[in-house]
Amino acid sequence: MLVSLNWLQEYIDVSRYSPEELAEIITKTGIEVESVEPVAEEVTGVVVGYVRSCEQHPNADKLNLCQVDVGEETLQIVCGAPNVAEGQKVAVATPGAVLPGNFKIKKTKLRGEESNGMICSLQELGVDEKDVPKEYVDGIFVFPEDVEVGANAVSLLNLDDLIIELGLTPNRSDALSMAGVAYEVAAAIDGTYELADENVQTSEEKAADHVSVVVEDSEANPYYGAFIIKDVQVGPSPLWMRNRLTAAGIRPINNVVDITNYVLMEYGQPLHAFDYDRFGSNTIVTRRAKDGEKITTLDDQERTLKSDHLVITNGEIAHAIAGVMGGAESEVQEDTKTIILEAAYFHPSVVREASKDHGLRSESSTRFEKGVDPNRVERAGKRACELLAKYAGGTVLEGVVSHDELDRSEKQVTVNTSTINDRLGTEISNEDIADIFRRLQFNYDQNGDEFQVSVPTRRGDITIFEDMLEEVARIYGYDNLPYTLPQGASQAGGLTLEQLVKRKVKAYFEGAGLHETITYSLTHKDKAQMLVSPEVKEKSLSPVALAMPMSEDHGTLRLSMVPELLESLSYNVARKQENLAFYEVGTVFISEEEKVTKQPQEMLRASGALTGEWLSHPWQQEKKTVDFFVAKGILEGLSELLDLPFTYEKTKLDYMHPGRTATVSVHGEVIGFVGQVHPKLQKQLGLKETYVFDVNLEALIEEYKKEEKFQTIPRHPSVSRDIALVVDESVPAGSIEKTIAEAGSPLVKDVQVFDLYQGEHLDEGKKSLAFRLLYLDPLRTLKDQEVEEAHNAILEAVKNQHQAELRG
Amino acid sequence: MKERLEELKQEALAKVDQADSVQGLKDVKVEYLGKKGPITEVLRGMGKLSKEERPVIGQLANDVRESIAQAIETKQTALEDAELEKQLEEESIDVTLPARPVKVGGPHLLTSIVEEIEDLFIGMGFEIKEGPEVETDYYNFEALNLPKGHPARDMQDSFYVTEELLMRTHTSPVQARTMGAKDGSEPVKMICPGKVYRRDTDDATHSHQFTQIEGLLVDKNVRMSDLKGVLNAFAKQMFGADREIRLRPSFFPFTEPSVEMDISCKVCGGKGCSVCKGTGWIEILGGGMVHPNVLEMAGYDPKEYSGFAFGMGPERIAMLKYGVDDIRHFYTNDVRFLEQYHKA
Ligand SMILES: [Zn+2]
Repeated sequence: MLVSLNWLQEYIDVSRYSPEELAEIITKTGIEVESVEPVAEEVTGVVVGYVRSCEQHPNADKLNLCQVDVGEETLQIVCGAPNVAEGQKVAVATPGAVLPGNFKIKKTKLRGEESNGMICSLQELGVDEKDVPKEYVDGIFVFPEDVEVGANAVSLLNLDDLIIELGLTPNRSDALSMAGVAYEVAAAIDGTYELADENVQTSEEKAADHVSVVVEDSEANPYYGAFIIKDVQVGPSPLWMRNRLTAAGIRPINNVVDITNYVLMEYGQPLHAFDYDRFGSNTIVTRRAKDGEKITTLDDQERTLKSDHLVITNGEIAHAIAGVMGGAESEVQEDTKTIILEAAYFHPSVVREASKDHGLRSESSTRFEKGVDPNRVERAGKRACELLAKYAGGTVLEGVVSHDELDRSEKQVTVNTSTINDRLGTEISNEDIADIFRRLQFNYDQNGDEFQVSVPTRRGDITIFEDMLEEVARIYGYDNLPYTLPQGASQAGGLTLEQLVKRKVKAYFEGAGLHETITYSLTHKDKAQMLVSPEVKEKSLSPVALAMPMSEDHGTLRLSMVPELLESLSYNVARKQENLAFYEVGTVFISEEEKVTKQPQEMLRASGALTGEWLSHPWQQEKKTVDFFVAKGILEGLSELLDLPFTYEKTKLDYMHPGRTATVSVHGEVIGFVGQVHPKLQKQLGLKETYVFDVNLEALIEEYKKEEKFQTIPRHPSVSRDIALVVDESVPAGSIEKTIAEAGSPLVKDVQVFDLYQGEHLDEGKKSLAFRLLYLDPLRTLKDQEVEEAHNAILEAVKNQHQAELRG
Repeated sequence: MKERLEELKQEALAKVDQADSVQGLKDVKVEYLGKKGPITEVLRGMGKLSKEERPVIGQLANDVRESIAQAIETKQTALEDAELEKQLEEESIDVTLPARPVKVGGPHLLTSIVEEIEDLFIGMGFEIKEGPEVETDYYNFEALNLPKGHPARDMQDSFYVTEELLMRTHTSPVQARTMGAKDGSEPVKMICPGKVYRRDTDDATHSHQFTQIEGLLVDKNVRMSDLKGVLNAFAKQMFGADREIRLRPSFFPFTEPSVEMDISCKVCGGKGCSVCKGTGWIEILGGGMVHPNVLEMAGYDPKEYSGFAFGMGPERIAMLKYGVDDIRHFYTNDVRFLEQYHKA
């Protein structure tokens, strides 16, 4: 809402405050002032001039040579505007004037003729083109005849006004009018304001003799009032009214339209004027539209209606979409003589539906949608009649023809002082509360510390105790509330074990050299299903997609964070940042339904992506690029951190390198994968060798919680034995390790590969793997013979299962 | 003989003194203390001495031997130290050469901000609650006093999955869920950080995904002044004790009365500048007293219980605190951006 300070000042005296102070007060009592700005950039030296003569420039077809009387002197001015003419009163920037953009006006010569100033258009004076009346958009502005020559054009055009922009929250639609703003400011500064009574002179002729009103759906349209104004002369509205509309951001059009808009701004009540002679009948019927019914609106668009919409008809055809926009056919035109002025109350939801369906949000619909003041509907109509009589030469016929089932009663809300103080933490007295209601102009009955408050209908937002509590609090001043701390029983706040472990895991990744990233959960439908861990893929029946995405790129919920992590790597590599190690902890969304109807499972996972050099120490000629074992090492550190053994098994996954990818399991359950991105995908993304991992962090945290955390430190010595085995090169070390651990159980506590050899002294296709085994019984010292027996059993097992030979 | 021994001692000590290598010292040792050395020789000649003289000379010879041995040992240690020193000197390196780098990663700026806020509220006795990002319409809207058709639903145009499921538009549903689980009889004191989603086109100030932290306290006798006290404590710790705070009335469907909190502009100190749009204040969070409809829907009797709630955006806080000028930076993961805020 744009509030002209000059206009406001006419309603309520705010002159004792600077604009900034006033803005601060309004903001603190409840309506945020978003800005206070001059209506236009500063302009000086512009006066009203009278064009005494206007002849064509001798040396230029499109220029005119004007003699302009500016009061003290007559200036010769060269003017190129197509609409300049003898006898006009115009805005003249005299030599020395400064126009917006710090444009200084000097005496000059144009095509050999002296030009001592400039005749200005409104745009040149800083008025936004959209607010300039259409007839002046392409030329200079022409004043009404009654202005004085030599007068200050800046104040005549209200260009010295300040505009206060209010950021209204949806509940404060009462301030969508100058009257509403004045009531609010009066409460805020403890001033006085009351909306003045309308003063309409009517003829003896009765409106009811010319029109009747039929309302078919009284719930959607509880009030419809029609006024008839005859002998209207359509023309420009007075300058002051045009100025105020301009300040409010509304373009002046003609006196009839301007008056309805002016009352809209003044009262917050939208009105509509129909041309009586073009209406096509003398019965106004408001009804629900028929599905498929058509109307051509003022903007010359043909619109198709639905039964949700309400229309104003002549009994047959629709002349307006109620509260949204009028029809072109009955539009007021230059030759209009008689008008039907509509003042109505349309139900907010009816208008909201229609404005949404037609994509039409107007000053009118905005107000109807929020609910207008039922006590101001008819008054607004009268106010418009008053102005039409005064500024459009109209004769107002007697009476308003109406359908009226409108509830105009005031809501009652009861509050008492002690509850107010309990809720606010204050000690406000009965007198102070009574004074707050006086400032708000709320009537009340007081009984001790109980107040029964009648809420004015302009404040439709107040219905319950808490609403009134806010009224009291804001006028009392939020600043004046004390600072206290909650009194309830104190609880120890803190992180849950899950939250702690999550933080620990993130700190671990960071200590291991990875940067945390955050990527979007919504991704492209193709990416959503890429690089998904096998156990997730198995569970997920269909990816979770948005019903109406804004773009394909963010239309589907991810099943893996890896694709977006790769995207982040790619983004950085394209910017010459080539050595990268990223991780993300976040959720993926798994639906186990064919068609999503229930909330998907949101699984917390940890993913990483690494590319480029892992470590480099150039002057020592050391360089290590990321490889599988770097990625695996990071997972192994996680395994160590959580004290959960991870096992790896070679696997093939789409988009992953077929020979360098493994599943990751804990206690025999697959929880993720690790490996190299498929070189084809790497190439597509502009990446060098890139490794990724993705594990189910939620499952890991669950397992971690189950594990017994502390074990006694063994007091008995362990025995370590090494074995070197020769096997086929295709046999994975991990599976031999597993066999050893199983065969050696329970004495073998640890198995580690410490050497891998292929080549000389070994047959083609064979490799030698050396393992270090740790035997231990925490309760006693092991005998040599026991270890020997266990060792033999292990050799037997690896021979049977892997055809492993002891290397001699 | 006595003189001879004294002479030998002086001679030997002088040679020890002159020795400049471990080998040289060894030679001195062999020369004087060896089996064929002059002292042994002196001792051998003791037979010629009288019975009285023999022990005296013997004693003297031993003393001389002892002194020389001692001197040799001392010198030996000194020489060895010197030699080691020399050897170590040769091993010296250029300590100004670059180190072998240790990889260090770090948290995302948003995580740092969120954890800082979490820790502040944990210190005030709050718990951290989390909830689903794909929410039901009921928890995201209806339980928060936003029934179907409510105009304020326009305020937060949302991403629906089905008619009943949507990407949550705020973390408030976590509050509704937490309250709902309490049976209307226990207090709640929680904050809920998390990702939220709105139908916005991504630009410098809008992001279809962003972060929110909301807080809720429900108990008997919770006052609006408590909200003010808690928010004040939070703001002073988060932004610095020198920042002013101001509360002003606002509107949210789930609170009544509602507030917005501003902090004084750090850039201009409150005088007004382009950052604060000339007002001297910067909006930092919204909140208010929990609306009785919300309490009631969660099973609390609004006559007996009251509460306050508040919410803020970590992106906005990060932008204000660290001068991040484009919200998209948080999600493009430019490593130069990520690294810059590891110290945050
Ligand atoms: Zn500032």
